[in-house]
Amino acid sequence: MTETINPSRTHVELTLQNVSVSFPIYHGGSRSLKKSLLFRGTGGQLANDANHRIVVEALRNVSLNIRPGDRVALIGHNGAGKTTLLRVMAGVYEPFAGTVVSRGRISPMFDVGLGIDGDVSGYDNIRLRGLILGMTPGEIEERIPDIVDFTELGDYLDIPVRTYSAGMMARLTFAVATCFSPEILLMDEWLLAGDASFREKGKKRISSFVEQASILVMASHSNETCRQWCNKAVWMERGEIRLQGDVNSVIAAYESETAGVPRVEPA
Amino acid sequence: MAIMVSALGVLYAELFNQEVRGFLPFLCVGLLVWSLISSFLTEGGTLFTGSESYIKQVSLPYSVYVYRSACSKLIIFAHNLVIYFGVLLYFQIWPGSVALLAVPGLALILFNGAVASLYIGMISARFRDVPQLINSAVQIAFFLTPIFWKPELLRGLTFVTAFNPFYHLLEIVRGPMLGSVPSSTSYFAVLAISAINLMVAGFIFVRYRSRISYWL
Repeated sequence: MTETINPSRTHVELTLQNVSVSFPIYHGGSRSLKKSLLFRGTGGQLANDANHRIVVEALRNVSLNIRPGDRVALIGHNGAGKTTLLRVMAGVYEPFAGTVVSRGRISPMFDVGLGIDGDVSGYDNIRLRGLILGMTPGEIEERIPDIVDFTELGDYLDIPVRTYSAGMMARLTFAVATCFSPEILLMDEWLLAGDASFREKGKKRISSFVEQASILVMASHSNETCRQWCNKAVWMERGEIRLQGDVNSVIAAYESETAGVPRVEPA
Repeated sequence: MAIMVSALGVLYAELFNQEVRGFLPFLCVGLLVWSLISSFLTEGGTLFTGSESYIKQVSLPYSVYVYRSACSKLIIFAHNLVIYFGVLLYFQIWPGSVALLAVPGLALILFNGAVASLYIGMISARFRDVPQLINSAVQIAFFLTPIFWKPELLRGLTFVTAFNPFYHLLEIVRGPMLGSVPSSTSYFAVLAISAINLMVAGFIFVRYRSRISYWL
């Protein structure tokens, strides 16, 4: 993450080896220090109740080797572990078992609105977002003209962003999110570029943005988007890799199963 | 805060039979420093839970959140400091160059506060009732610490101040700001507190750092 950008980018790598992640579900009493301490003392049945923890196995034995040039689509139903896997790659969750080796700057794009402060100006928000994305203040200042130009917001950037319309806000977050050249890009669903007039322009920008990335990992429910942007796919099911390989064959297998079995999509 | 200092300063000076001129500045500085110390403890609980959206999205060093909270507390303290200068002017007091000793004292408070809020934040992320427990404890500590009363009034019960970490933390800033050099006991006590604090934080952080994002 802290390594400097190497123009050749051949060193970029993301490898997961037998990664397992499970979430303890804390509920009621186990969230309380008082109860945890009291029941530890009394022991027996009560202690069991107070400390009873349900563990959700979000990822089991996931091994992946992603090399430069790979465009990986993560597919699978809701709750299959796609987002958890992305978060493990981003370093948010440290796995219980297994190892994650990554080389190159990781740019997670899960929520492009993260860190937006409604009370400060558009310019300050650009700087804030840039810092969260891991840029140095110098890099951000260099890119500000480009961002300003792209958003077409002009003088609006001087006023607090809480006065912006949803479309203006979308332009701003989109422009900042796509202003740098990523090495390892992690996306949870494709970035959307706001209103219709803006969409064409946004499309061009995002494709050049994604093309610069050495590695792309994207979780998506849209098989079309996956086919368009990715060359590999990983099908996740109940926290395990069901199938991985070429994007077309994996999605074909996935589609044939989802079409064959009538199922209730969770909301 | 300014209104509180003047109202309580006059009232308590009367209650304790003390001169307003001596008591009010003492109370003023005491409250200023105490609000800095206590904000670290009471707001430490939301250090990580309040930044949940950040922690779950990007892997920033956890120290970022600690620095952020320490910075905001320092700014609030600097903001409240205006009252201190107002009091100095009103009573025509000049603490002299000794006041500069308050700067290292303040640095020590900030250090201890940041370190303590790190592990308070971690424990509070795991056990959600901890912030309430800390709030009550801070309330009790507030009354046990000489802010509203001068330590000289204790007579025999000096252990109340001698073993009160908050008293020593308070004293190394309040003393200089009122023109007296803090005792070496206070400095030694603060150094000991810092060492213990750092060890506790180091142990908890190294042991449970990877769990923070799961607790949120």
